[in-house]
Amino acid sequence: MSKLEKAALGEPATDVAAPSDAQDAFLSVRDLRIHFSTDDGLVKSVDGVSFDVKRGQTLGIVGESGSGKSVTSLGLMGLHRAANAKVSGQVWLDGQELIGADPDEVRRLRGRKMAMIFQDPLSAMHPYYKVGAQIVEAYRVHNKVSKKVARTRAIEMLDRVGIPEPDKRIDGYPHEFSGGMRQRAMIAMALVNNPELLIADEPTTALDVTVQAQILDLIRDLQKEFGSAVIMITHDLGVVAEIADDVLVMYGGRCVERGPVGEIFDQPQHPYTWGLLGSMPRIDRETADRLTPVKGQPPSLINVPSGCAFHPRCPYADLPKGNVTRTVRPELEQVEGGHWSACHLSAEDRTRIWTEEIAPKL
Amino acid sequence: MSETNKKDTAGTAAVPHQASAPADGSAEREVLLRVKGLTKHFPIKKGLLQRQVGAVKAVDGIDFEVRKGETLGVVGESGCGKSTMGRVITRLQDPTSGSIEFEGRDITRLSTGKMRPMRRDVQMIFQDPYGSLNPRHTIGSIVSAPFRLQGVEPEGGVKKEVQRLLELVGLNPEHYNRYPHEFSGGQRQRIGIARALALKPKLVVADEPVSALDVSIQAQVVNLMDDLQQELGLTYVIIAHDLSVVRHVSDRIAVMYLGKIVELADRASLYEAPMHPYTKALMSAVPVPDPSRRGAKSERILLLGDVPSPIAPPSGCRFHTRCWKATEICRTTEPQLVELKIGQRVACHHPENFADQAPQDTVLLSAAKEASELVPDAVLEESAAVTEAATEAAEASATAEDTTPEAKTDAEPAADADAEAETAEEAPAEAAAADAEESAAESTDK
Ligand SMILES: Nc1ncnc2c1ncn2[C@@H]1O[C@H](COP(=O)(O)OP(=O)(O)OP(=O)(O)O)[C@@H](O)[C@H]1O
Ligand SMILES: Nc1ncnc2c1ncn2[C@@H]1O[C@H](COP(=O)(O)OP(=O)(O)OP(=O)(O)O)[C@@H](O)[C@H]1O
Ligand code: SF4
Ligand code: SF4
Ligand SMILES: [Mg+2]
Ligand SMILES: [Mg+2]
Repeated sequence: MSKLEKAALGEPATDVAAPSDAQDAFLSVRDLRIHFSTDDGLVKSVDGVSFDVKRGQTLGIVGESGSGKSVTSLGLMGLHRAANAKVSGQVWLDGQELIGADPDEVRRLRGRKMAMIFQDPLSAMHPYYKVGAQIVEAYRVHNKVSKKVARTRAIEMLDRVGIPEPDKRIDGYPHEFSGGMRQRAMIAMALVNNPELLIADEPTTALDVTVQAQILDLIRDLQKEFGSAVIMITHDLGVVAEIADDVLVMYGGRCVERGPVGEIFDQPQHPYTWGLLGSMPRIDRETADRLTPVKGQPPSLINVPSGCAFHPRCPYADLPKGNVTRTVRPELEQVEGGHWSACHLSAEDRTRIWTEEIAPKL
Repeated sequence: MSETNKKDTAGTAAVPHQASAPADGSAEREVLLRVKGLTKHFPIKKGLLQRQVGAVKAVDGIDFEVRKGETLGVVGESGCGKSTMGRVITRLQDPTSGSIEFEGRDITRLSTGKMRPMRRDVQMIFQDPYGSLNPRHTIGSIVSAPFRLQGVEPEGGVKKEVQRLLELVGLNPEHYNRYPHEFSGGQRQRIGIARALALKPKLVVADEPVSALDVSIQAQVVNLMDDLQQELGLTYVIIAHDLSVVRHVSDRIAVMYLGKIVELADRASLYEAPMHPYTKALMSAVPVPDPSRRGAKSERILLLGDVPSPIAPPSGCRFHTRCWKATEICRTTEPQLVELKIGQRVACHHPENFADQAPQDTVLLSAAKEASELVPDAVLEESAAVTEAATEAAEASATAEDTTPEAKTDAEPAADADAEAETAEEAPAEAAAADAEESAAESTDK
């Protein structure tokens, strides 16, 4: 969208200063909105999300399937160029605003300064080109080196992500790789330029746990070596517990809770977060006969439920006084320090429910 | 996922027994699918003439059976052939050799035409929710395809039934006319599930059915699959990486490594006392959702060395290049999958939680020496304790059979074995429990 269009829509011009409350953040996202117009109506996939990530830190994003996690990350990478997509808000990367920036400029940053591991490994790899050729290409776009040097680098990366016989496999096509191997090849491609911001969308779901552990180590190494900031989107709360410094919980296109990883697991404040923790089968506990899902259906992003989007499924919706959960949308409020939650429940109610009803059952 | 089979039976399973004892105690269950010696090799062709220069041995000789109404979980290293196995047993790909029996009927070489009626009964949920949905078709037409292909007219019409299915898997029936790209990863996965369940099949092979779902939807889908199993008597083969999910859903679990099944056991035995070193390494790497335990990772077994290639798999035991217990015999002799405990089949010369199968063999491989340095002490201590306990058991059983094995020294944990190597003597193979006798004898012969 051009600045002119933005002005017409009454949105802030993008050449404003970086948010003052995010001085030391490498990435700052402010009020990001990504809407799609479809035949059925306007899909508000992301509807006002803000967060910061510092260098060397990892932000874990968890949340309902379809809550806007992938759309958010594609938005950060400047990849919503479809005619029906409308992106607004601010994304500051190392002091540079990206939403209003020239698409060519964003493209230059992509792959070098920021890289993404896509949830869908096939979409990132072209089916007609050899896996190695694609990694070589990704490297050479940003590095003036010979094909031979780039090939050596590609083999090294394939080796680091645990592809057996990388010097042979480099000449294979994506369809000849297993699901997990494709994912690893893509990880190799994303990491080939040592990006300063790495967005990893479900990077390890197709991998067995030993390879997963290896990939998490690799990402940690990257962070240590280059001080990279990492956004890790995952359904696996075990992975979050292992690698994230901060956690952002999404529901219905919005952030419902955000905080340091320890607090999210030890003192979660939002009923949806409770639901997530409660529905997880745990290897470190006795097996239950049945899992306890959050009841009900994910919200429609076209007709988002009024008030709190979680209210149709929330067991505590009637607790706050009046009809407030159904009429007023709760905003993020500070719990303490960097811990924020968007829920009308009073602090006492939250503490009581968590300690008496939820925590004992986990 | 049935209740009866899910009672944890580890306590009772720990007793060594004769090979002739009925398998798993579930022998009363009818076998729905039986797979024997199944292989699938993908030829590698080179040059203008496309000469075959080798083959990817994706599945390389596996035997197992799936019983009516049960859930068999399949886990293993990425690239070890799980999806290929799934595609071959559902006959979406032709096997290279071996046989597949469904309801007692050999379906290994059925033609496409003859397979068609069977397609109703055998369905697959694909791992890749993106690639498996045609981007040009609406969700409605994708999910109604099985009805069209099989010429089935459900009660109340196709559209109504499809909408019911969509709702069943937690999708909004209003989405009937939308296209796949408008859905998130998890939503697409559920579309695949709805399609697979449309015709109420007998066997569903689900390849990573819940990996793209957040845990709350995951719980819904797992419960849904559970309900359908109860209601319709469905049988599942579920391929998954998430060992917590696998533990929850499976009655029995097969662990694969590089085209082979290395361990096949009921759930409780596998999780409480894994016997194959690879299984043990897998279990140790599961991330636990508890940030306070981060760093306290002393129990994680690091697997060193490269993942071997399925083009030229290692000789003998395929895990020997990365196993911390590997000895000379592991390099030369392939361990057979034998039932070492009730309901627990293992392919290993030196199993965990059990008497050593090849205690006479003590020359430690370099892989093992290297690995042993990196395996945290805690693990070694534990495995030493376990091995010792197992040795005692073996000694007891061996004495009963009137042999005097030197099992004590031989069953020392492999990490110490290089030091002990000289003391090793030819220990009789009978030192191992009776039911492993056959395989051990075979090994020494080769
Ligand atoms: N191009 C598009 N047109 C219309 N709607 C879209 C489009 N892309 C995504 N959506 C919708 O936006 C919502 C958010 O999708 P997104 O892919 O971000 O979910 P997610 O949180 O990543 O979920 P998952 O965990 O299942 O991957 C979904 O409801 C999806 O249907
Ligand atoms: N069409 C093919 N041509 C050549 N090789 C193939 C083909 N399909 C699979 N392979 C190879 O067979 C092996 C097994 O692949 P498969 O997809 O079955 O693994 P998997 O166990 O499902 O792995 P993952 O957990 O990563 O999905 C891999 O080495 C893969 O590269
Ligand atoms: S605001 Fe109300 S409905 Fe929303 S999570 Fe809190 S208690 Fe539940
Ligand atoms: S001990 Fe030997 S046979 Fe057993 S897994 Fe290790 S290498 Fe294989
Ligand atoms: Mg996603
Ligand atoms: Mg697979």
